[in-house]
Amino acid sequence: MNLSASRISHNYGPLPVLADVSLTVASGEVVAVVGPSGCGKSTLLRILGGLERPDAGAVATEGEPPARSLNPITYVFQDFALLPWRTVAGNVALPLEEHSLPTAERDAIIRDALARTGLSDFAKAWPRQLSGGMKQRVGIARALAVRPAILLMDEPLSALDGQTRELLMDDLVALHAAGDLSTVYVTHNLDEAVRLADRILVLSRRPGRIRAEVRLETPRAERRPADPALAAQARELWDLIREDAAEADRELVA
Amino acid sequence: MSETAAPEAHPVPYRGDLFLPRTRRLAGALALVALIAFWQAASSLGWLDPVMAPSPREVFAALLAMAKSGELAGHLAASLGRLLGGFAIGATAGVGFGLAVGLFSLVRSPGIAVVSALFPIPKIALLPLFILWFGIGEGSKLATIAFGSFFPTVVATYGAVDAVDRSLVRMGRSFGLSSWSIVRKIVLPGALPGILSGLRIASSISIVLLVAAEMIGANRGVGAMVLAAGNLMQSDRLLGGVVVLSVLGLFIAGLLGWIERRLTAWR
Repeated sequence: MNLSASRISHNYGPLPVLADVSLTVASGEVVAVVGPSGCGKSTLLRILGGLERPDAGAVATEGEPPARSLNPITYVFQDFALLPWRTVAGNVALPLEEHSLPTAERDAIIRDALARTGLSDFAKAWPRQLSGGMKQRVGIARALAVRPAILLMDEPLSALDGQTRELLMDDLVALHAAGDLSTVYVTHNLDEAVRLADRILVLSRRPGRIRAEVRLETPRAERRPADPALAAQARELWDLIREDAAEADRELVA
Repeated sequence: MSETAAPEAHPVPYRGDLFLPRTRRLAGALALVALIAFWQAASSLGWLDPVMAPSPREVFAALLAMAKSGELAGHLAASLGRLLGGFAIGATAGVGFGLAVGLFSLVRSPGIAVVSALFPIPKIALLPLFILWFGIGEGSKLATIAFGSFFPTVVATYGAVDAVDRSLVRMGRSFGLSSWSIVRKIVLPGALPGILSGLRIASSISIVLLVAAEMIGANRGVGAMVLAAGNLMQSDRLLGGVVVLSVLGLFIAGLLGWIERRLTAWR
């Protein structure tokens, strides 16, 4: 399933946040969206999944979602968005409860999602007992449980410390190894973008427009954290957004 | 100077006291025991007039006599029925209306306007009106208590719904949960601690209104008993009734606390 946004513009009151942004995510492709803070990256992501209505432009999917997909367009949130009154397994079960699945099948889906994220031993734990990294693994497990065709990730690693981020990055690379999951990955961290993406869209500062598009040729599985080629790529991106970032830093927050 | 004197050591003083008092249940119980003991001592030493302020022993004896004769049970049953009935009606309606105010634009502003206008009325002032509408019997008392517990419950409920993290609601929407599922699985559990603290306030208001209503027009009930005892200068029975009300309040607060701990074990 493809996802394409055409000519998206959006304002918050008098403040324009997105101006004429178009993008297409092909089936199985990982697209990172980077840009200085406040450039409308997260707004764009919310618009892509229908959580916000753009002032102009439209978002559409092309092609049928996989037959067994329960929620074709699925989010992973920066703040995890776990229900604190449900256990790990309960949080993963939440979206499944909307569908009339046989109990055995539902349990199997939950077990599988927890196993894929290394959470099998924590099924009965409460979110407050988990570290940030484990909480985001629950967020990812919940997303996997509904078998998405398109994953929309909003700064999924930004609330985590550096070491945890590195560990989860490996998990995300593994998640995309099968190649059937399209992803839009919003981040301000350029290292994450060059590790994970097939294509990187660089947004300008507010109002966000697409300033540049960078295609990464090295296969994802062959990229290593300290790879000088990746570091060079990240530096190039930084040169692109450096001035914007400095300007954005001096803007008053709306 | 041939010797280099070691520089004088100044210990860094501790300045981390953050006013975090600890809970000591035993100390709490002891305070109550000490209060009663002091009262008894004051009576035994003749500092208190036995007619105006009977000793704890006399109050306890009066209570025991009323319990043996079955009089106490009768009054208590009448009071509990009114309290539970009125509170159940008021709290249920209050949670429902508070949810509507918290969730729907259509209800919000009109609802808040009406609640703000009616909340400050001392509900006991409406008892004569309720007697006209529902008669001198149980109806007017239930209505007063229900009305009195309704408003604090509404205010607490919509405040608690407003405070529910909208990023959780957004998550629910993004996973395709129905509105009803979002209310049931996200909004209500998230608002629960706030709703329960509203119910605590509502329950103590209910006890105040119960006693006032029973003093204005009832033959049975703890409030009526206290009033009758006062008219006959039976101050031991009067204070016995007051003790029953105190225990009743403590019991309800304890019950709500227990429910709260059960339902918010995840915290």
